[in-house]
Amino acid sequence: MFKYLKQLTSLVAMVAVLFTFTTETMAAKKSKTLKNTQKKGFVRCGVSQGLPGFSNADAAGNWTGVDVDVCRAVAAAVLGDANKVKFTPLSAKERFTALTSNEIDILSRNTTWTLSRDADIGLTFVGVNFYDGQGFMVRKNSGISSVNDFKAGVSACTNLGTTTELNMRDFFNSKGIQYEPVTFEKADEVVAAYDAGRCDTYTTDKSGLAAQRIKLSNPDDHMVLPETISKEPLGPVVRQGDSVWEDIVRWSLNTMIEAEEYGVTSANADSMKTSDNPAVKRLVGAEGELGAALGLDNEWSLRIIKQVGNYGESYKRNIADTGILPDRGPNELWTKGGILYVPPAR
Amino acid sequence: MNIKKILPQILTLLVVILVFGFFSYNAQINMENRGITFGYGFLTQESSFDVQFSLIEYDGSHSYFRAYLVGLLNTILVSVIGIVFATIIGVVVGIARLSNNYLINKTAAVYVEFFRNIPLLLQIFFWYFAALRALPLPQDTDPMFGVFFLTIKGFFVPAFVWNNLDVFIYSIIAAIISIIFIRIYAKKKQENEGIQTPVLSISIGLLLILPILSFLFGGVDASVEIPVIKQLSQSGFTFEGGIKLPPELISLALALSLYTATFIAECVRAGVQGVSKGQKEAAASIGLTPNQVLKLVVMPQALRIIIPPTTNQYLNLTKNSSLAAAIAYPDLVLVFAGTALMQTGRAIEIVSITMLTYLSLSISISIFMNWYNKKIAIKEK
Repeated sequence: MFKYLKQLTSLVAMVAVLFTFTTETMAAKKSKTLKNTQKKGFVRCGVSQGLPGFSNADAAGNWTGVDVDVCRAVAAAVLGDANKVKFTPLSAKERFTALTSNEIDILSRNTTWTLSRDADIGLTFVGVNFYDGQGFMVRKNSGISSVNDFKAGVSACTNLGTTTELNMRDFFNSKGIQYEPVTFEKADEVVAAYDAGRCDTYTTDKSGLAAQRIKLSNPDDHMVLPETISKEPLGPVVRQGDSVWEDIVRWSLNTMIEAEEYGVTSANADSMKTSDNPAVKRLVGAEGELGAALGLDNEWSLRIIKQVGNYGESYKRNIADTGILPDRGPNELWTKGGILYVPPAR
Repeated sequence: MNIKKILPQILTLLVVILVFGFFSYNAQINMENRGITFGYGFLTQESSFDVQFSLIEYDGSHSYFRAYLVGLLNTILVSVIGIVFATIIGVVVGIARLSNNYLINKTAAVYVEFFRNIPLLLQIFFWYFAALRALPLPQDTDPMFGVFFLTIKGFFVPAFVWNNLDVFIYSIIAAIISIIFIRIYAKKKQENEGIQTPVLSISIGLLLILPILSFLFGGVDASVEIPVIKQLSQSGFTFEGGIKLPPELISLALALSLYTATFIAECVRAGVQGVSKGQKEAAASIGLTPNQVLKLVVMPQALRIIIPPTTNQYLNLTKNSSLAAAIAYPDLVLVFAGTALMQTGRAIEIVSITMLTYLSLSISISIFMNWYNKKIAIKEK
């Protein structure tokens, strides 16, 4: 009898110990990606092969751009250091496979959020960090000033495996124009072919056109047509099935946008701890326990703002000051006439 | 006794099944975890993307399966063009390397060493990006013979517009069948009576006369459609009408043939040099003409050495054609394993279909070349 009792108590003790462990690090336990990232000591981030303003490496191998900043924000939140990111340049064709096959943990590569991508292929989009739309670039001396000037037989260069390819078909079909699609895997090859005169027009997201125009041999000979033919909400993507990791990436991005909304910048973040506004205090970790829900400490959002800056700072640094798209257009806060609007952090 | 023979085979089979089973099980679990479904149903869905260049009628309203066929046919097209030109260039260069003329000999040697030692992808890039830039824009081009236009947007050639094309094709098929019968008859006649029939002249005659008859009596009619320049904008032009060979196809075919030809040239050289000198001298001593020596003594023996390694080169060329994706030639890899894969996200299904397709293509070439090799092999009597 005693023998069994002894066994029973030890079993109960074991269960109790297990239980406390589980509750303590619930979020961390549930998220394999978070655990792996903390173990490795760096965030594995998939970026483009070079798109100025979004993700671009300089000669020394330092990555900059608004897409890059999303990964840096996650690194600051999870590991405490925005520089602990390993960047993997990916072509449009490789990007989703790299994510689903576990080679990267965040795909932040000017990727359009669509239903089929979100629902069908094991991916989850966590938000939008740039509202874009597809446009056309043409030679200035062609006299084309609007998409209505295109004629049957026009050849259009673009990247393969993108939503651009599908929008292009929809657009030309709706206009009843027969066209010739010339699709390349790498953006640099598209630019080279268009530059050589292989194509009459180069089509991709307007931000991309603005950024790639700089790479042409005579950028001033080319212009982007005013029309936008599609909605291209670009945002970071994670693997489906790790909701804690998904939340971390989503709220890292949201923190940057919300920080701009409340006027918290990398310069004044520390002093905001004593702010009168509870929303601001929550944002810099002086109030509430928001970090715990994500399996992080309470200063996670403060680190993002201090090390990476808010969305406005990131945009200015990467896109406006580099002359790519000085006008923020829809990518302005909702309070200033744009459509950037994130759920409250509380 | 028997166990010793069978056991290793059973073990091998078991290992293969286990390894295969492990990987498919692993893939299945991982896909389930990530919410990825598996199935080939997508093949019948509307593809909704267009392709630049297609041998069959296709646009985005057709199915993914049709897109697959478009890619497959384009792969076969560039492979066939590549194989034909690689063989022609290879044989010419291979024989040139055996020439006693110093200049011809060395030129061929330099060509072979140069082209086979530069990576193929680099050569494709060279022909596409460097050579393409050197071509004129459509409005600046000088026509060749008044009807061929080589421009940066492609090579525009006149097209034939046929009436009763089927009758014309039947006449060619009829000519080929009669040639086969004549050859059989001529061979029998030579074996029985020792009299040679001029098969070659008769064959050429038949190939010319029957199609001409089809024009005269079969109602066959062909007119030529010459490409015409068309203005797209103030500075943009293209050609309309005729046939357009896209620059991607031309540079890919060029790179593949020039590269593979170097290897075939070496096979040819090896084959001819592999026939011993005594054979030629013996043939000449019994009174055969130099032409007959080549045709009846040297070539049959050389071909036995040439065919097997050349088969490998044909297979390489077909597989190398998948580098097309780098320069926007819509082959199987670009259309199906590229765009279609991206739009559907069905990586495992599409990659497996693509691999099986290349496997089947290669095996078909292998089977054909093995059949040909057996046909020309020495038959021990």
